[in-house]
Amino acid sequence: MSDTAAQPRDDDAEGAAESADADADDPSDADGPTAGPVSTGAESVVAALEAAGAETAFGVQGGAIMPVYDALYDSSIRHVTMAHEQGASHAADAYGVVAGEPGLCLATSGPGATNLVTGIADADMDSDAMLALTGQVPTEFVGNDAFQETDTVGVTRPITKHNYFAHGADTVGDTVGEAFELSRAGRPGPTLVDLPKDVTQGETDETPGPATPPAGTDPDPNADADAVEEAARAIEAAERPVCLFGGGVIKADASDAARTFARTYGIPVTTTMPGIGSFPEDDDLCLSWAGMHGTGYANMAITHTDCLIAVGTRFDDRLTGGIDTFAPEAEVVHVDIDPAEISKNVHADYPLIGDAERVLDQLTAAVREAPDAEAWRERCAEWRETYPLTYATPEDEPLKPQFVVEAFDEATDDDTIVTTGVGQHQMWASQFWTYTEPRTWVSSHGLGTMGYGVPAAVGARVAADAMGEPDRDVVCFDGDGSFLMTMQELSVAVREDLDVTIAVLNNEYIGMVRQWQDAFYEGRHMASDYTWMPEFDKLAEAFGALGLRVDDYDEVAPAVEEALDYDGPAVIDFHVDPEENVLPMVPSGGANGKFATAEDQL
Amino acid sequence: MSGDSNDSRPATDGGSASDAGAPEADSRPAPSEQPAPEERDHPEGRRNLEGIRIDPVVEAEHESRRAVISALVEDEPGVLARVSGLVSRRQFNIESLTVGPTTVDGHSRITMVVEETDPGIDQIEKQMAKLKPVISVGEVAGDAVTSELVLLKVQADDPAAVHAVSEMYDGRTVDAGPETITVELTGDNASIDNAIGAFERFGIVEIARTGPTALARGNTPTAPGEKPGTAGEPTTHDD
Repeated sequence: MSDTAAQPRDDDAEGAAESADADADDPSDADGPTAGPVSTGAESVVAALEAAGAETAFGVQGGAIMPVYDALYDSSIRHVTMAHEQGASHAADAYGVVAGEPGLCLATSGPGATNLVTGIADADMDSDAMLALTGQVPTEFVGNDAFQETDTVGVTRPITKHNYFAHGADTVGDTVGEAFELSRAGRPGPTLVDLPKDVTQGETDETPGPATPPAGTDPDPNADADAVEEAARAIEAAERPVCLFGGGVIKADASDAARTFARTYGIPVTTTMPGIGSFPEDDDLCLSWAGMHGTGYANMAITHTDCLIAVGTRFDDRLTGGIDTFAPEAEVVHVDIDPAEISKNVHADYPLIGDAERVLDQLTAAVREAPDAEAWRERCAEWRETYPLTYATPEDEPLKPQFVVEAFDEATDDDTIVTTGVGQHQMWASQFWTYTEPRTWVSSHGLGTMGYGVPAAVGARVAADAMGEPDRDVVCFDGDGSFLMTMQELSVAVREDLDVTIAVLNNEYIGMVRQWQDAFYEGRHMASDYTWMPEFDKLAEAFGALGLRVDDYDEVAPAVEEALDYDGPAVIDFHVDPEENVLPMVPSGGANGKFATAEDQL
Repeated sequence: MSGDSNDSRPATDGGSASDAGAPEADSRPAPSEQPAPEERDHPEGRRNLEGIRIDPVVEAEHESRRAVISALVEDEPGVLARVSGLVSRRQFNIESLTVGPTTVDGHSRITMVVEETDPGIDQIEKQMAKLKPVISVGEVAGDAVTSELVLLKVQADDPAAVHAVSEMYDGRTVDAGPETITVELTGDNASIDNAIGAFERFGIVEIARTGPTALARGNTPTAPGEKPGTAGEPTTHDD
C-alpha cells in the first residue's frame, strides 16, 4: 500500500504536464532543474518543490493552506496526512535525518502553524534540514487579527535558520525553492515560508527558476590550509588524543572520512549523542558516547585527553557537564562549518572552519605520523573494562528495560533505524543498542522533545521506503509518557500501512523526572507518577495495529519476534521496573570524570 | 585497529533472551560495584566560564569593554526584529542600536554599541553574520568617528543661562516657549553625557537620544568589505 502511494500520479495527464521534469530547452538551467509551467502561486510552490527534489511531504490540511494542497493533488510529491501538525514536523525532521534530504512539512495558518513550532524548534536545535510551509490569511487581512491568524514569521523567527513571508504569486516559487536549498546549505537547519492565501491563489505564469541558496549562505567546505597544518602538528604531538564526533559528521556524510582518520592514526573515538552511528560502536577504538548518561569510559577519556579532536559538535551542556572541568587539559581542535560555534562554549586552540568530510580528509592527509598513543589506548581499554555498561537482573525485580533494548538489537540487522521519545527509555536505547551506521539513530537531542518517537518512526519508515529499502526495520523505543503525547500518529502508521515496531518501556512514571526527584528532591514524586495508564496493547489494537503486552523476561524474545515479523505497525507494551535508573550519570554542571555509578553518589 | 566486533556489551548479548525467567548474571561489574567518583584520577586543569583553559593559580577573566559594531544589512521587512531578537535571546549586553539608510538603495546600516568581553564581541559578530539579511558585520576600529544626537527639553526659567550652556556644548535651540526650551546637541557619547550634566541644573523635562552611530576613519571601510559609495555598486555577501 505504501509503495503504490509513493508513486507519482502520472496517470493524470494534467499532473504529468505540471510535474517537475527538467526543461532541457531552458537556457537558465545552468544550476539545476527548473519547473514546468504554472498558473497560480500554489502551483509555483509545488513546481519549485518538485524541481528542488522534494519527494515527500507531511502535513495537515486547513483553510489557508488549501490552495497548496490543491496543487499537490497533481504532484509527484507523496503527501502523508498526519494526525497533528506536531507529528508532521517531527516526521519531516526524521525523514530528513534518514534520507539525507530536507524534510518537508505543511500546515495551515494559526493553530496549524503553532502546532508545527515544537518540531521546528527541535530541528533547529539539532541542525536538521527541513522546510515548513504554512498557510496564512490573505495579505490584506494580515495584522487585523483575522480568523486563524498568527504572526507565524514572528513566532518562528528565533527557531528557524531563516523564514520568509511570501509577497506575490510571481515570486513565491523562487522563495520556496530558495528556502528549501537554504535549509541544507552550510550548517543545516529549518526554514519556513509563510504563504498568504491570496499569494497562493493568485494567478501567475512565472515558472520558478533553479533553486539556489541565498548569497553568502553556502560556505567554503575546505578549512584554511595553514590552520590544518597547525592542527596536524598538535595531533602528532599528542600523547592522549581523543576524537569527538558530533552530529555534524553524520550531516556531512563524513562517517567514512571519520573512520579513516581515526583508524589511520589509532586515535580513540567518542561521539556525542547526535553523533551516534558516525563511528561503529563495536570497533576497538570506539568508546561510545560521552556526556550526562554517556559511558564511563568515554567520559574518562574525554576528561583525561590532552588533545580533543572535536568534529561537528557545538559542545552542548549535556555533553560538557561543567565547562570548568571539561577536557581541562586538552588542546582543542574544533572542526565546524559554522564559525559561530568556534569558541562559543569551549575555546578552540585549533579552529578549522569547513565541512566535516573535507576537513577530516585534509587532516588525514596532513598528519605525517600517528601520535605515540599506545599507552593511552591501553588506558582507554582498561576504562572500558572497569566501567562497562551493565545492569543487574535480580530474580525478585521486574523486567529491566535495558534487556528489552538488547533483545531488539539482537533480533534486528545493523541497518535498523531506531527512533525514540525523550527520557529514560531514550538513554537506554542509546546505551544498550550497538550502533554501527550513520542515520540509524533518530532522536530528539537538543530540544529534548517528549513525543518525538512515534511521528519520527513514521517519517523514518516513509524515508526508508522512498529510498527503496522496505526491508529495513524501524524500531521506536518510547516511554509511556512520551507515547501518550503523540500516539495519535499510530493512526497514520496504520492508514499508510507503515511497518514500524513501537516498544513502549512502560514504567508508569515520567521516569527521568522520577529519577531526578529521587536524587535531588528527596523522593517527592510530584506530577511524575501516573496513577493510571491505559492498556497500550489494547489501544494499539483499537487503532488497528498489532498490540502485545510483556511483563516477564521469557516473553520478551517471542514478542519482539512477533512484532518484527508483523507486516504493519506493532506496539509492545513492556511493563518494566519502575524503579530502574539511568546510570552512569553526570549531574548537571558536574565533572564528566566524576560520573555517578550508583544513586547514592548523586 | 580493525572494525571487527569486540565484546564491549553486557553478557546478556547472546541468547539469554530466550531463557525463562531472569537472565544469567552479568560477569562484569555492575554499576554499583564500579569505582566511585572519589576513587578515580581527576586532572588538575580547569577552564574558565568562557571555556578557555586557565592556570587556576593566576586565573584571568576577560573584562568587558565597550565596542561599536557596524552591520550593513539588506533593508527588508523584519531585519531589525531579527537583529534585536538575536541580541535579546543570546543575552548580549547592548547599550544602543541605530539604523538608517546608506548610499546604496536597499541597504541599511545598523550601528550597535555593546558592552561585552572579547569572546562576547566575537560571538555577536559571528551570530549576526549568520542572519540572512546581514551582508557584512564587524567591530568599528577604536578610533572611529562616533556621534549621537540628543534632544533636551529644559525648563525655561532662565533662558539666557540655558542659551549660554547650549553654546558651550555647540548646541542649537530648536524650540523655545514660555515654559520650556528644547536644545539639540550632537557629539560623542562622553560629551553628550557632560552636556546633559550641565543642563541638569535647569531642570530637564524630557530627553530623547538616538544612541551613537559611527563611521571608520579615512579609507577604512566601516563594515568589513564595504564598498565606498562612490564605487556606485552595492556591497555583496563575501562567499
